[in-house]
Amino acid sequence: MSVDARAFNPPSELRGDLRLVGSMIEPSTRVLDIGCGDGELLYYLVHNKGVDGRGMELSQSGVNSCVRHGLSVIQGDADNDLEDYPSDAFDYVVLSQTLQATRKPREVLLNLVRIGRHAVVSFPNFGHWRIRLGLLIAGRLPSTALLPYPWYETPNIHLCTIRDFALLCRDEGIRVERSVSLDRFGRPYTRALANLMAEQGLFLLSRTR
Amino acid sequence: MTKPVAAPTLNARAKQPGHVLRVTEALALDCGVRLAPYTIAYQTYGTLNADKSNAILVCHALTGDQYVAEPHPLTGKPGWWDTLAGPGKVLDTERYFLICPNVLGGCMGSTGPSDVDPATGKPWGLSFPVITIADMVRAQKQLVDHLGIEQLFCVTGGSMGGMQVLQWAASYPERVFSAVPIATAPRHSAQNIAFHEVGRQAIMADPEWCGGNYQQQEREPRRGLAVARMAAHITYLSETALHRKFGRNLQNREALTFGFDADFQVENYLRHQGVAFVERFDANSYLYITRACDYFDLAAEHGGALVNAFRRSKTRFCVISFTSDWLYPTRESREIVHALNAAAANVSFVEVATDKGHDAFLLDEPEFHATLRGFLDGCAQHRGLPGA
Repeated sequence: MSVDARAFNPPSELRGDLRLVGSMIEPSTRVLDIGCGDGELLYYLVHNKGVDGRGMELSQSGVNSCVRHGLSVIQGDADNDLEDYPSDAFDYVVLSQTLQATRKPREVLLNLVRIGRHAVVSFPNFGHWRIRLGLLIAGRLPSTALLPYPWYETPNIHLCTIRDFALLCRDEGIRVERSVSLDRFGRPYTRALANLMAEQGLFLLSRTR
Repeated sequence: MTKPVAAPTLNARAKQPGHVLRVTEALALDCGVRLAPYTIAYQTYGTLNADKSNAILVCHALTGDQYVAEPHPLTGKPGWWDTLAGPGKVLDTERYFLICPNVLGGCMGSTGPSDVDPATGKPWGLSFPVITIADMVRAQKQLVDHLGIEQLFCVTGGSMGGMQVLQWAASYPERVFSAVPIATAPRHSAQNIAFHEVGRQAIMADPEWCGGNYQQQEREPRRGLAVARMAAHITYLSETALHRKFGRNLQNREALTFGFDADFQVENYLRHQGVAFVERFDANSYLYITRACDYFDLAAEHGGALVNAFRRSKTRFCVISFTSDWLYPTRESREIVHALNAAAANVSFVEVATDKGHDAFLLDEPEFHATLRGFLDGCAQHRGLPGA
């Protein structure tokens, strides 16, 4: 059996936000993808950008799928397994749509910029108008494509708005090299009022040195 | 230096298939003894390619041997990793060159306590030096040197074989392109030492053991060795697997006998395991090899921090454990993974869900096999080996 690419979407069909994440990563660098799922982004980066890619994934089925496809992935999670890594072990550490599910997002964030020279972080924007309106009018917690779970079984326990996130970065002395707001299709949202209008935030960060 | 010879010392072994390397240069053992001469019996499968880049070293477990992928010469049973190694299988002998040496201290052709001590002309017995996992690996390195292989494509093995894999990666990192330690640990736990001690005491309590000199007295501690095997065999399984296989089923009888015959199938099974084992294994070898496992502590060898064993390692690792393995539980594999992360090494880690216990690494476990195949394929790409 050769490495089977069929289990993954061809690169042109990478999820919109993953495509943007990918565009932030320079070729031939060292990349750690935390919460790498079935390895879609990692596979793309390894095969299209020649990165030295590693992954971490909570679900064992995701890990096994990645390793079967020749990716270097371990079972672990952002809360517990980042402490081990030495500082500056990677050029980029990617945390895509996972920060809101961690127990200690601030510590995780600090670890990301410690382990990586750059961190790429994306998260659902809790400040999106649909969420605000839902709470205001219907009096219900949000149920959106990015936040589909009912309140009693959601893994998303630390939600924030794009503005919240930017303020945390400022308070912790984390440098925002680039920030992009995304619409519901994962396309860049470039018009005004991003914190109201965008469904996701995507940040390229680094530690202030 | 080194030269291959046709046959080792004992007559029975002259009929064994495979190769023997006789080394005259002394091997500096951890215990301080310099062992010379010594032999390494080994078997190979497949063909070494022109640039010698497709060699996989397979390290066997406590009671394994070099017969990985062919019927055992003494028992006639299939090779111990027959499920995994062979043409078209995961360890594909049409693609890779497999090398499997019998460990130092073993009883299938490599120098061990049942061999004759050249200094006395009598079997070593307990005067054989206590060996370690690192000693086994030092001897294996002599073999790899002898075969002219600069870098092994992969070193793999389960249980004690996994310890050898870790030792290889720590001692000779530049000689190991990829390493797959399976169902193993960076050190032997107190519980594992305890089980080994039960086995050793069973052997030593057998009057036929004769203080280790049974060969000279033409006796054999068969009962002690069988009991050691029975106790050990339980640790290789899981409660679930034992229950599924045997439950409380009775052995060829309708009712309990109110005696101490093997009323239960599980008793009969264990007795059979014990009796079959003594046909192919030497009691003193069992003492020495279990001791080597007990002494294994890779962190202690590296200043108390396991990460030091893997610093600057370029080896690609794939650590594999099994959910129901209570002898080498997943948390011990995780320790290895954490240390590799701390060294920023290239590591994959998979825990395979199975109820078959420690023995799962020897069995047909599709998820385990698919994982290992994928990992090796990925490594082969990086190493520039032709695709399957």
